Amino acid sequence: MTGWALLLRTFLRRDRWHFLWWSVGLAILYVSQGWSVDGLYISQQDFDEAAALMESNTAFIAMTGPPRALNTTGGQVIWQSAAFGAVTIGLMSMVLVARHTRHEEETGREELVRAAAIGRYASLVATTVTVLLANLVAGALVGGGLAAYGLPVADSLASGAGLALCGAFFTGVAVLAAQLTSTTRGLYGLTGAVIGTAYLLRAIGDVGSSWLSWVSPIGWYQAMHPYSGLRWWPALLLVAAAALALSVGYLLFVRRDLGSGLMAARPGPARAGAGLRSGFGLAWRLQRGSVIGWSVGMLLGGLSYGSIGDQAGDLLGDSDLTREMFAGGAEDLVDGFYGFSLIMLALIATAFTLSAVSRPRSQEEAGHAEMLLATGVTRLRWLAGQLAVCLLGTFLVVVCAGVGLAVGYALATGKGSGFERFALPMLAQVAPLLVVLGFAVLLYGVIPRLLAAGWALLGFAVVVLMFGEVFRFPEWLRNLSPYEHLALAPAEPFRIAPFLVLLALAAVLTGLGAFAFRRRDIA
Amino acid sequence: MATSPIEIHGLTKHFGATVALDRLDLSVAKGEIHGFLGPNGAGKSTTIRVLLGLLRKDAGEVVLLGGDPWADAAELHRRLAYVPGDVNLWPNLTGGEVIDLLGRLRGGINRRRRDELLERFELDPTKRGRSYSKGNRQKVALVGALASDVELLLLDEPTSGLDPIMESVFQSYVDTFRDNGGTVLLSSHILAEVEALCDRVSIIRSGHVVESGTLSELRHLTRTAVRVDLASPPRGLAELEGVYDLEVDGTRARFSAETARLDTVLAALVDVGVRSLTATPPTLEELFLRHYGDQLEPTEP
Ligand SMILES: Nc1ncnc2c1ncn2[C@@H]1O[C@H](COP(=O)(O)OP(=O)(O)OP(=O)(O)O)[C@@H](O)[C@H]1O
Ligand SMILES: [Mg+2]
Repeated sequence: MTGWALLLRTFLRRDRWHFLWWSVGLAILYVSQGWSVDGLYISQQDFDEAAALMESNTAFIAMTGPPRALNTTGGQVIWQSAAFGAVTIGLMSMVLVARHTRHEEETGREELVRAAAIGRYASLVATTVTVLLANLVAGALVGGGLAAYGLPVADSLASGAGLALCGAFFTGVAVLAAQLTSTTRGLYGLTGAVIGTAYLLRAIGDVGSSWLSWVSPIGWYQAMHPYSGLRWWPALLLVAAAALALSVGYLLFVRRDLGSGLMAARPGPARAGAGLRSGFGLAWRLQRGSVIGWSVGMLLGGLSYGSIGDQAGDLLGDSDLTREMFAGGAEDLVDGFYGFSLIMLALIATAFTLSAVSRPRSQEEAGHAEMLLATGVTRLRWLAGQLAVCLLGTFLVVVCAGVGLAVGYALATGKGSGFERFALPMLAQVAPLLVVLGFAVLLYGVIPRLLAAGWALLGFAVVVLMFGEVFRFPEWLRNLSPYEHLALAPAEPFRIAPFLVLLALAAVLTGLGAFAFRRRDIA
Repeated sequence: MATSPIEIHGLTKHFGATVALDRLDLSVAKGEIHGFLGPNGAGKSTTIRVLLGLLRKDAGEVVLLGGDPWADAAELHRRLAYVPGDVNLWPNLTGGEVIDLLGRLRGGINRRRRDELLERFELDPTKRGRSYSKGNRQKVALVGALASDVELLLLDEPTSGLDPIMESVFQSYVDTFRDNGGTVLLSSHILAEVEALCDRVSIIRSGHVVESGTLSELRHLTRTAVRVDLASPPRGLAELEGVYDLEVDGTRARFSAETARLDTVLAALVDVGVRSLTATPPTLEELFLRHYGDQLEPTEP
């Protein structure tokens, strides 16, 4: 273990931004729930009614957790945040462990470190301590934040402590996974599967067979019942599970060689399959994982918005603020809410589009474009193949969001009208997405360095959607966001003109980008 | 006369303020292995990337396989194969998949040769990109290039990271490729490889070709080290043209002589009477150091 303190210091230095952003993000996740609940329900009567509705909504419960004391701020906060918080801190632990274990071994840096006068366990111990500290900081910030917000202190601290212990458990899982697989991706896969399973088990458990919640560490955290009869003993289960996972990880660590894992890397095909014969085939192969993942995610996102059903109006409360924000002038609050949801989902889908359209650039930076462009593939074909996957993925993601909305709505209300009212208008949202795509292609063709500016356009659109109405942005400023031009479905009927104009704009931007790309140097 | 596969005249390329290529001339004849040498940052990779149409030239004339490397890039690429010095594989594709993909995109791959090459290079095609070592990544690109039926190979430091046995496998394949009429432009820092393979070499410095010719022509331009024991102390040696760094110790002398003037120098020595003599032709290293180093003035051709 010699030298671990030295390593710990460098790890902490390297991770300081991770520490900051993850824990601040988690604290905001929790505290902002309290803030939004207190803003939404003006009278206790409103609150009681909304709580009664939520308690009977199975989809909500599956997403969040067991409903307890939902007519109190604390009860709402822990109900809405605990499961997502636990998943988030799990992801944080996974990323941090991977950073210092498999990633270091893959890049060969670990070899340098171990060749120095440093004990065998030093870097694993330093990693574990670093990540546990990160969990502790996040838990402290959440607990402190909730207490500072004015919620009962003991319950707030328990909320933070339980969260940190969930993080410790997932840290143990990630350390264990780091011994099993030989790659960063493998670590992500295994740990991600455990996090997902833990979330899913408690979802099924909370909805029906409650014993399943007792198999899930996230379920243990929620079983601490902060703000509704706090009890500490389920935390012991988390401590024990974390200790177990960590010890198994350490035991396996000594049994493996540097750079390898206990599970041998699976050999792949020795020859290329039929699908791998064009730029498009390759681009699809490289992106299909993310396309499928996003599609499933957007389907779930759509489902969760849709399952609110016609209760939207009651849930949101009928304050002036909600009217301004959601209804955007629409008469019916339900229509207004869904109009807002459509754009919200479109904005989320844009994140997929932007990450997909950044692939050509990362391929170019990694030298992959050079290898392909030195073969019979023309530049245009190469770019077209990449963009075709972006386009296909964007379309798929939007369709999934629309179908999710309609299905969720049908499940909640028994009405099939959601397909016509939400799913079809959702499809029209492809147009503004393609404008953002075209903008990104233009940047890529002309000044690839500035490709990230595409995200700025998305950020701007989010600000316009959230605050444009409330802060009375001038018309011209709002019109700069491509999402502000389509008819506000389902309140307004579909208008073809703005849709076509947006598509034409997207085509022009993309064409200009491709033209510029053909004429510039390849990095 | 059919134009030679590579004809470059006055090629100039700037990156912002840096001049990467400065009126570069290069000509590679059909059926030859042409060594392309020069210190780091001299502009070898840049030249090759202009030939591949990846970079846009600022000035000059470039003819590749009779076509324009910028305008006709894709058609020309079907007739050539390229191996970069730093091969980056897609992390989740296996080596075999990469070889097939690049081959197909080039317009076909010779399956029999592919399997033979895999065996000779002892390369496991079922591993994924991220788990190959540096040398094995290089081999993936080499197998892909050598298994394609092409006329021209553009190799940019293709053997960096290969072990000596693999190096010799590489050399035998490139040799065979040339014997079958293929043309090779080989940028390399491995002088033994250049000496073993290349018919002609061009030496580039600061974006300009400073020397070009067969190895023996280049040798001719350099100096031979001479040690001699004479019958009596030498006279007049220092005044002879083409003699440098003369050191005299009694009847013994050491000096270096311009290889092209060895005739007259030896005649002068014979006049005095030679008891013993060793003459060492310049090693390739000396040849290159002459052009790489700053202290030695480059000879303008
Ligand atoms: N994309 C680029 N942007 C800016 N400068 C570049 C770029 N590519 C090359 N250069 C510069 O051009 C010059 C020539 O580089 P090049 O890569 O051609 O050298 P090289 O002869 O291949 O060197 P090495 O032997 O190290 O591979 C260098 O000064 C390099 O810094
Ligand atoms: Mg180079």
